[in-house]
Amino acid sequence: MQNPHHSVSIMEKKSLVTIADHSREKIEYLIQMAEEFERHPNRRILEGRVVATLFFEPSTRTRLSFETAANRLGARVIGFADPKVTSGTKGETLKDTIMMVSNYADIIVMRHYLEGAARYASEIAPVPIVNAGDGANQHPSQTMLDLYSIYKTQGRLDNLDIFLVGDLKYGRTVHSMLNAMYHFHPTFHFIAPEELAMPETYKTFCHEHGIRYVEHTDFDADVISGADILYMTRVQRERFTDLMEYERVKDRYLLKLPMLAKARPNMKILHPLPRVNEIEYSIDENPHAYYFEQARNGLYARQALLCDVLGITLEQVKNDKTIIE
Amino acid sequence: MKKQLMVAAIENGTVIDHIPAEKLFAVVNLLHLDRMKTAVTIGYNLPSEGMGTKSIIKMADKFFTDEELNQLAVICPNLTLCIIRDYEIVEKRTVCLPDELYSIVRCTNPKCITNNEPMHTHFHVDAQQHLKCHYCNTVIPLEDVKLVEKGNEN
Repeated sequence: MQNPHHSVSIMEKKSLVTIADHSREKIEYLIQMAEEFERHPNRRILEGRVVATLFFEPSTRTRLSFETAANRLGARVIGFADPKVTSGTKGETLKDTIMMVSNYADIIVMRHYLEGAARYASEIAPVPIVNAGDGANQHPSQTMLDLYSIYKTQGRLDNLDIFLVGDLKYGRTVHSMLNAMYHFHPTFHFIAPEELAMPETYKTFCHEHGIRYVEHTDFDADVISGADILYMTRVQRERFTDLMEYERVKDRYLLKLPMLAKARPNMKILHPLPRVNEIEYSIDENPHAYYFEQARNGLYARQALLCDVLGITLEQVKNDKTIIE
Repeated sequence: MKKQLMVAAIENGTVIDHIPAEKLFAVVNLLHLDRMKTAVTIGYNLPSEGMGTKSIIKMADKFFTDEELNQLAVICPNLTLCIIRDYEIVEKRTVCLPDELYSIVRCTNPKCITNNEPMHTHFHVDAQQHLKCHYCNTVIPLEDVKLVEKGNEN
């Protein structure tokens, strides 16, 4: 018997591979949808649907967030969290795995260690693909929850001062942030050690799209005083070719409580998590700290993304009669 | 010195002249000349006034599409081809880099899906003649391009 949702899925198939595919209007639309889910996260709007979560690379936070999003909307979830249990270890190609799972599921949420894996899967799969991270390339659901968090805390996305701190060279989340925020006239501030500075290609992107940016090497209360959003990332030891350099800079990009003394009242601290030591624990109780709420926003953002790729509209979400109070 | 024709003329077909000598075998591979059933004459390391040495390929009864020929621009930008009919040059064409390249260029990123899955490669060409991988977004300058190895194209 054919999967009952396949004909619908093929007709309306629209995968999510990168946030760069989305217009300003589409981002605002998805934020509105996430707001609806925040109001009522428990529903049966995906009842009868099967969501596959294929994690070829372990990522507990992202997987739990997607699976919670699906479960709270009434879908059932299949999949694997550990690539060692898949046939990939027996030499099966990604294509074969995707084609096999497409027979069972209405949508595939996929994390893969290879870059471009999600784009390829979206081209071959008869069901929509949601990219839950492909190597160092893209992680659009993280970007979506970051944007939703910025919108919620600032009341807008336009004309904000966004400070990106830490590993700006390899940090996938900060690169996606540039791609997504360029619609909203931000001013970026890049704060990183020289070895992990924002790559030239992204600075060129800023020039080409008229995005203002300022580079800093200092990280102190005076610099932070200009921020609406302070987006912290981890400076990882293994990223450095010169370990002496790592030792020199590792403590320079730690956020400590006194550094918030001159912060704007609306300033919020974001972090994609996991944190190691880049934000002092005493900051957790400070009103500027927002990283745990940010993670919760991931649930609503992912509920919106799942529904959107399944062809469920904002209108349908607003008029949904399946809400569980 | 008496002028000498070093490679015999063809009645009908395509001639690619002034190939940089060292690029000859890349051109042969790209056009799959080993699979041709008609006569192919190849001159390698021939003296050239303008280039020092050059290579030339004459393919009897073979006419390529624009798409096939434009792929050559990846290895030899601005290459000129002559279409021959009845021993006369009836058309001269210069290759130009197409906007999209399928299964021609290999991605330089070892973690790109195209280097780990039996699949085609796909690159977008921008105005600066940089190639961007459709899958992993790696950008490769034209001078650093590596071709897909023969037999590995899908």
